[in-house]
Amino acid sequence: MTEIVGAFVSLVGALFFLLSAIGLLRMPDAFNRMQAGTKATTLGSILFLVGVGIMRPEYLGRLLLLVAFIVLTNPVSSNALARAAHGYRERLGARLEPDALAESDAAEGPRGEDHGD
Amino acid sequence: MRTLKAKMLGFLLLWCAWLLLTSPWNEQEAVAGAIVAALIVILPWFPTSHLGDLRINPKAIVYMVAYALVFLKALVLSNLDVAFRVLHPRLPIAPGIVRVRTTLRTPLGRLLLANSITLTPGTITVEMRGEDVFVHWIKVASADPQGATEAIVSDFEKYLEVICG
Repeated sequence: MTEIVGAFVSLVGALFFLLSAIGLLRMPDAFNRMQAGTKATTLGSILFLVGVGIMRPEYLGRLLLLVAFIVLTNPVSSNALARAAHGYRERLGARLEPDALAESDAAEGPRGEDHGD
Repeated sequence: MRTLKAKMLGFLLLWCAWLLLTSPWNEQEAVAGAIVAALIVILPWFPTSHLGDLRINPKAIVYMVAYALVFLKALVLSNLDVAFRVLHPRLPIAPGIVRVRTTLRTPLGRLLLANSITLTPGTITVEMRGEDVFVHWIKVASADPQGATEAIVSDFEKYLEVICG
């Protein structure tokens, strides 16, 4: 019984991975691809790992640890990618309407690397 | 006091991670893990500054649980949202970057807020400058900071305010 439940949960996780892959193909620019890529892979990995954990309870602790690290690091990496992509938005052909970050850059003039922490 | 709290929290985190890694437990491994975790935490290089932001009192713990539930709900909703947009034949998107404001001051609170925004429906944090957070929104519903803050940040902020202001 646990085998079947676990396999089903993993299958749902895999479906979210599929959605994320379709999103990567269909979305027009880097930011929107990231929208599909980040969210769907996070829930996909969570469900997949939890499914494996239900099938094999002896691994559940390790898998929960993996889930915690994925939830913490996945958004951070996509944040870094989004920030980098914004620097190259014209070359990427990204359509942003409105673009408050570019407006803020223009208002404050060019600035150094001192704003990150 | 603050450092002591951060070190105790750090000890608990490290020890829990160790217990999860060695999950069919036995006493010897648990004790060895506790000793090593304590040694690591006692080292002067152990980064205490961010963990110390967490508040430990009954109200904060209740809010932590509530926050976890709100976060999970937002994560599921955001995935259904992605599914809807990706599978919709006309790809209903109108992307833009909006500016929202946060009242959170501590680095830990701001980290959690940025991560939460990224994992909720249609939004990705692009940049944080002072109290401004720049968010990529896949379908911009309101371009002015007031309305955008209301829609994106407020749900999480009221919990994070209590957990780690």
